[in-house]
Amino acid sequence: MSIDKDKIKHISKLARISLDSNKTESLAKDLTSIFKFIEQLNELNTEKVEPLSSILNTPLRSREDKIDDGKIRDKILKNSPKKNEEFFVVPKVIE
Amino acid sequence: MSEIIKKNLSEIIELLKKKEIKSEELVNLYIDKINKSKKLNSYITTCFEHTIQKAKEFDKKPNINSLLPGVPLAIKDLFCTNGFKTTAGSKMLKNFIPNYESTVTENLWKEGAILLGKLNCDEYAMGSSNETSHFGNVINPVAKDTVPGGSSGGSASALAADLTPATIGTDTGGSIRQPASFTGTVGLKPTYGLCSRWGIVAFASSLDQAGPMTKSVKDCSIMLEAMAGFDKKDSTSIEKKKENYSKNLKTDIKGLKIGIPKEYRVENMPKEIDELWNNGKRILKDLGAEIIDISLPHTKYALPTYYIVAPAEASSNLARYDGVKYGYRSSKGNDLIEMYMNTRSEGFGDEVKRRILIGTYVLSSGYYDAYYLKAQKVRQLIKKDFDENFGKIDAILTPSTPSSAFKIGEKTNDPISMYLNDIFTVPVNLAGLPAISIPAGLDKKGYPLGLQLIGKTLDEQNILNIAYAFEKNCNFKNEIKNWWL
Repeated sequence: MSIDKDKIKHISKLARISLDSNKTESLAKDLTSIFKFIEQLNELNTEKVEPLSSILNTPLRSREDKIDDGKIRDKILKNSPKKNEEFFVVPKVIE
Repeated sequence: MSEIIKKNLSEIIELLKKKEIKSEELVNLYIDKINKSKKLNSYITTCFEHTIQKAKEFDKKPNINSLLPGVPLAIKDLFCTNGFKTTAGSKMLKNFIPNYESTVTENLWKEGAILLGKLNCDEYAMGSSNETSHFGNVINPVAKDTVPGGSSGGSASALAADLTPATIGTDTGGSIRQPASFTGTVGLKPTYGLCSRWGIVAFASSLDQAGPMTKSVKDCSIMLEAMAGFDKKDSTSIEKKKENYSKNLKTDIKGLKIGIPKEYRVENMPKEIDELWNNGKRILKDLGAEIIDISLPHTKYALPTYYIVAPAEASSNLARYDGVKYGYRSSKGNDLIEMYMNTRSEGFGDEVKRRILIGTYVLSSGYYDAYYLKAQKVRQLIKKDFDENFGKIDAILTPSTPSSAFKIGEKTNDPISMYLNDIFTVPVNLAGLPAISIPAGLDKKGYPLGLQLIGKTLDEQNILNIAYAFEKNCNFKNEIKNWWL
């Protein structure tokens, strides 16, 4: 698969990362060679293989639906780059 | 006095227990050398006031029955430390001060250890040379123009330069073992789930695992014992009893079966690595182990699989950096989406962006089956290779890396050649197995080379024992000359 500049623009939009236009060309080149490398996997017939998503054989533990922390609003807000009293501040979303 | 910091962790612990040195004296020795070693750039943050205060508290009421009594430890800057900056080597988190502590570091402090500082690493642990860090590359104390490996490069550099008696790193595709190999130190990646991931900045959650980096195998067993353990805050933490790795360490490996996978003899492998491997086989054979040739047929597909799975998980994990809740925020952008896009563009470095883009693409509509699902299937085949062999063998011996430490800048323009550095370490992460890299010799330039022992699931004790026996019979000596002082 060759990755061209348009595809890079599309992916960067999905990933919410704006890219310098002078960087898209070298990125396209890098990604093309990486995908060529990745596509070695197509040599393998995996039709009858079960996908492995976790190496643990046990199902994930569940816990009781009970609050065991909480009351940490101020702690959470402390690292926010922009806040107003008890709110995170973002650029205006609704007109 | 300065001879003390050259000692292994276990020797330093003995001195502290016998009260031959106070914790505060020890701390000051490290601080002195750290201050003189800025050239290596291994530390991102130091917290000496805190370290000295904790050492004084320890000296007043020493609890010598703990595993790490009054021992100062610097740790990779990927572990959240309550009240101390945790950057993950990124501009995105350069001012982030967590108000909680990672479980693994909490375990270390409970055993008496004291935080000495936070160590440089590749940005979000994505790299094999520590050159992707926002805080600059780290120098390998082995030689001034070489990289220490990555992503736990600051950890390996600081350890080899005697700027911390032991340390911890994280290993997603080789990030503990490769830098250990490049610096002549010991590094262990535990079984997936043995050490809690809670409070560690996430890279690829199905692969990430924290582990010890030390100057000796015994030190490694002490550190692993201190950091491991079940944690209900990590949903993939394994529920099992704590083990006494250091107490149970032994050198008798008679009759153990060691597998040698033929697929690890890769094309263009330097002759020195081949010789190192043969020498390792001979040492283990002389100790009474049985050497058995095995095959892991899907080895060559491990790296391509990794470069789908890891970026896919990274792109999801790193979606949280949006400039709203914490971390860097761009001042540019007229609306919310533009703010997101500028924040992530300015906050992330090139390698991180590259991996997010790969991950986003392989998960995107229409491509999921062709890439991500395919990779998960091949991951199954890679794990099966190991499972089938572990019925007839006890451990596997391979080289840790295909070369010794390379020059700064040598591979930065060629991502594939950088990725190929992890060719021997990545399969272990995909299969969730434990593996240890131990120093095994020097190449003709005098740079260290490591060998890797891979064990069965939760068989850390066994690979530690083999490594311990190996270490006693290998006579490896790290020749670091303090040229930067």
